[in-house]
Amino acid sequence: METLTKTIQGVPLNHYILLCSIIFSIGVIGVLIRRNAIVIFMSVELMLNSVNLLLTAFSVYRGDATGQVFVFFVMALAAAEVAVGLAIIVMIYRNTNSVDINVLNRLKW
Amino acid sequence: MDKYIWLIPILPLAGFIINGIGRNTLSKAVVGFIGSLMVLISFGISVAVFFQVKAAGSEFHGFNVSLFNWFSAGSVKISFSFLIDQLSAIMLLIITGVGFLIHLYSVGYMKDDAGFAKFFAYLNLFIFFMLLLVMGSNYLIMFIGWEGVGLCSYLLIGFWYTNPDYADAAKKAFIMNRIGDLGFIIAIFLIMVVFGSANFADVFKLASTKDFASAPFTLITILLFVGAVGKSAQLPLFTWLPDAMAGPTPVSALIHAATMVTAGVYMIARSNILFTLAPVTMHIVAVVGLTTAVIAALIALTQTDIKKVLAYSTVSQLGYMFLGLGVGAYTGAFFHVLTHAFFKALLFLGAGSVIHAMSNEQDMRNMGGLKGKLKITFITMLIGTLAISGIPPFAGFFSKDEILAHTFMHSTPMYVIGVITAMFTAFYMFRMLFLTFYGKFRGTHEQEHHLHESPPSMTIPLVVLAILSIVGGFIGRPESLGGHHWLEHFLAPVFAKSAPLLVTPELSNSTEITLMCISVGAAVLAILYAYFKYIKNAHVPVTDTEERPALVDISYHKFYIDELYDTIIRKPLDALSVFFYKVIDKMGIDGIVNGLGRGTVDASKGLRLLQTGNVGFYIFMMVVGIISILMYILFKA
Repeated sequence: METLTKTIQGVPLNHYILLCSIIFSIGVIGVLIRRNAIVIFMSVELMLNSVNLLLTAFSVYRGDATGQVFVFFVMALAAAEVAVGLAIIVMIYRNTNSVDINVLNRLKW
Repeated sequence: MDKYIWLIPILPLAGFIINGIGRNTLSKAVVGFIGSLMVLISFGISVAVFFQVKAAGSEFHGFNVSLFNWFSAGSVKISFSFLIDQLSAIMLLIITGVGFLIHLYSVGYMKDDAGFAKFFAYLNLFIFFMLLLVMGSNYLIMFIGWEGVGLCSYLLIGFWYTNPDYADAAKKAFIMNRIGDLGFIIAIFLIMVVFGSANFADVFKLASTKDFASAPFTLITILLFVGAVGKSAQLPLFTWLPDAMAGPTPVSALIHAATMVTAGVYMIARSNILFTLAPVTMHIVAVVGLTTAVIAALIALTQTDIKKVLAYSTVSQLGYMFLGLGVGAYTGAFFHVLTHAFFKALLFLGAGSVIHAMSNEQDMRNMGGLKGKLKITFITMLIGTLAISGIPPFAGFFSKDEILAHTFMHSTPMYVIGVITAMFTAFYMFRMLFLTFYGKFRGTHEQEHHLHESPPSMTIPLVVLAILSIVGGFIGRPESLGGHHWLEHFLAPVFAKSAPLLVTPELSNSTEITLMCISVGAAVLAILYAYFKYIKNAHVPVTDTEERPALVDISYHKFYIDELYDTIIRKPLDALSVFFYKVIDKMGIDGIVNGLGRGTVDASKGLRLLQTGNVGFYIFMMVVGIISILMYILFKA
């Protein structure tokens, strides 16, 4: 455990923050520009996981386990969200034969 | 005894509930038995109460029977309690006694009617409310009864509600009564504000003290009188009573002759001290009473419907009672209530018997010569007619002469008009009697074949009431005729507070006898005139299509009072209602409400164009939103 902490701390904190920001931005851009619902979903997961990574990094650097506990909650929530979200996407595909979100523009009104 | 007093009103109420619930299951015999029995038991208790009150002597001022506290608000406490004194004891006897006879009569009269049980239920309910009215020990209990009898009157006038005219008559009676009730209820509020109580005992005790010398007696009594005008069918609210004849005849006898319409007289007699302290109101009461008596008598002269004649004669007699109250003859007025209950109930029931025999024919022009066929009805109605005409020794003579004697002391012109009215009364009553029972039969052959005397359940009440109409007057035989006016002494405690304030010059016995001779002579003259006109010359009123002399026409059309009310009240009100409906309601209120709705819909139509439905765009806007919030938080500090 000590060595693992040492190893993680071997990389400066700034690098973690940069990496997480990059992953998060990729997630945001993916959500914004892709039209495939599944890819958007994956991008959302990317965002969640970048935050998870950042939380763990901070947790290790501060020697405080709270951050890691929080990560578990986020993961449980993400699992639930995936279950519901994928089910919705399956239903959309059955109804429209497509997972393109632009097909869903009838949602207005 | 006072332990059982609550039974008097409760029994008819029980009858109402039983007959009301079992109206579809109980047989007619059971319904009639229960309905009559309840009133008979009440009558029995009332007799016992009466003798107890009588035994209590002249110092007795009534006892209170407190049942429960009804409500209290602030300093006002209203208890549900009954006051039994000389006045209410006699009223109890009239209501339950005459009421029972009329129940008995109805068993025969209504036996073929589909609504038999409903009819008895309503009659019992009426008796209950009427008893509440006279037994209440404060104005509020009286008011419950007052409203209740109005309701029953409405229900019973409109008993045959499938006929739109009858339903209209019921509504008319109810609405006209409401106008009076408004005056009454304001008067009650005023009494509670001024005296801090609605209890008869408290109010009357306070009213005669010096502390309340400046209380607004005139206003209170005028408002009370407005209530009495509505209920007792005086000018200008009397037109409902003749229309109320749409109800079954026993109803006319019980409600619209013997009991309910005299509630106004009872109320004023009960509040006598308040009226005595307001001489202006007394004068108004006398003038209104006298005017009503004359006008109603004039209308009755030419009516051809047998019940309408009796209805106008009731209005006229009620006018006499108010004349009596107005000139301070409280005992006389109440005496007339009593005798009138006997002979007018008798006349109505007799008329009902005639109508029954004639297969529901009410027009006297189609009657005639019934004397031989309806012997009991004829003799009893003759007695009733003599009583109302004021022929001694029948009941009406004593009471009417007492009122006239007091009127004479009050003002001679009023007395003269009163005697002329008495003359009219004798004329139109004998006109009715002659047209109905003498001469040749003028109806159809079928009706003649059907003619028959009524069953015993109808003739027994007639006979009992006829006996009462003969002897009833002797309880008030004046000293000038060798009596000692028992009723006056009996009622003295009730009017004790007013008596010292009413200074009336004593009338010598010889003057009194002269006055009696004048009114009896006038009545006899009128009867002779009627005899010559309707028997010697066999005159029959013309049919509706023929021309009438102008004066007869005015009288026949009731002075066009209904038409007058129609023009000056109903039509403007209708026009106003139409205006309110079309302009204020349709354009104003509907415009605002619908405008609000339409505005919201239009605004939403514009706003929803902002939605594209494009999911990518929504997500983009969400990200932009989150970023701007973050930026705001970041750069705020």
